[in-house]
Amino acid sequence: MGSAAPRSASVLLLLLFLLLLRAEQPRGAELTFELPDNAKQCFHEEVEQGVKFSLDYQVITGGHYDVDCYVEDPQGNTIYRETKKQYDSFTYRAEVKGVYQFCFSNEFSTFSHKTVYFDFQVGDEPPILPDMGNRVTALTQMESACVTIHEALKTVIDSQTHYRLREAQDRARAEDLNSRVSYWSIGETIALFVVSFSQVLLLKSFFTEKRPITLASCSRAPHVPVWNSSRRSPRRVAQGGGRTMLLW
Amino acid sequence: MAGVGLGPLRAMGRQALVLLALCATGARGLYFHIGETEKRCFIEEIPDETMVIGNYRTQMWDKQKEVFLPSTPGLGMHVEVKDPDGKVVLSRQYGSEGRFTFTSHTPGDHQICLHSNSTRMALFAGGKLRVHLDIQVGEHANNYPEIAAKDKLTELQLRARQLLDQVEQIQKEQDYQRYREERFRLTSESTNQRVLWWSIAQTVILILTGIWQMRHLKSFFEAKKLV
Repeated sequence: MGSAAPRSASVLLLLLFLLLLRAEQPRGAELTFELPDNAKQCFHEEVEQGVKFSLDYQVITGGHYDVDCYVEDPQGNTIYRETKKQYDSFTYRAEVKGVYQFCFSNEFSTFSHKTVYFDFQVGDEPPILPDMGNRVTALTQMESACVTIHEALKTVIDSQTHYRLREAQDRARAEDLNSRVSYWSIGETIALFVVSFSQVLLLKSFFTEKRPITLASCSRAPHVPVWNSSRRSPRRVAQGGGRTMLLW
Repeated sequence: MAGVGLGPLRAMGRQALVLLALCATGARGLYFHIGETEKRCFIEEIPDETMVIGNYRTQMWDKQKEVFLPSTPGLGMHVEVKDPDGKVVLSRQYGSEGRFTFTSHTPGDHQICLHSNSTRMALFAGGKLRVHLDIQVGEHANNYPEIAAKDKLTELQLRARQLLDQVEQIQKEQDYQRYREERFRLTSESTNQRVLWWSIAQTVILILTGIWQMRHLKSFFEAKKLV
């Protein structure tokens, strides 16, 4: 049929456009990963010359919620470096074509893992259909309204992501607080019991004579019981065996 | 269909397949290096009924040539996906290049872990593997040119479809937000209750312990005939 050939030709053309676009295809990577203590993790991406890329990152959980970050160009020059940042946004227009690397470092921390979210966007968003770039006519009102709505919705999704990350951070802290309240309360109660029992035992031990000596002293000399109803100052009482005792 | 058109059609079909294959492979963009048997995990916090598509490609380091080989057959990656309750949603071995898909049924943190289980690496590669990774979530996972071709939509209809998908994703995210806020509120209220009850309990225990101490010591001293 005559209609079949042009249709498959257009499909072929579509695929060809996809292939061509792949070379300059705007890419985005949005990942959340765990960074162990004393570790560094690097990611690399190939960027064409003159293309703008942006990196947003945020620490979600762990320690003091901060991380070191640096970005290097293909020649090894550091184009961005920050230490102990909680969140930041960095945009740059690539001057050199090549592989750019960005790294997150938790090497300053000794025992806290961090969960880090980053969003690396390269280039602008592609048109929804590959052959739209070759339009000769201007967009109709309908189409431009749709484009406006699309951009606005993208902003909404971005701010939702931002709020989600913030909320995740706060929720992690709240759950941490919850479990810490439990452990500390139980620990304090145990400490309370231990301290009060040992106080009593210690006090009792001050007033208790050591058994063998007491028996020996009892056998050698008569023990004189002392009883005085009015007490204001300590009195020295002699006891058998030459030991004296202070009495209140 | 006339027999005349079949020959060129078949040729075009073959060409289309080749082009499609070329489109499917190729650079994914972001890459990172992992060691042999090292596990790298990524967390995706997503609402329920959201589709996640992940594409990866691995390259092995060639010690002699000091360069990454373009593609290595026989190198496998194990992909494991866990849902927020810790249950394994997907646990499969893929080749050196693969694509994994899963749909979330509970909202929350899903963990996607990748590790290479190839023992050949130690011998040949010097233990370094380059992994290209691309994870698309929700409406970003939709391939609009493909949808346009399949449903035969005009540009405007396709744009409307995209807007509908975006709005649906926003709605799902908002529902998830409500669920999370409820969890957060429960946690805060639980902390509040715990602080209150433990403080009361500790004060009561303190007073009781004090009373017990005094009584015990008094009876002790009375027994010792010191009081």
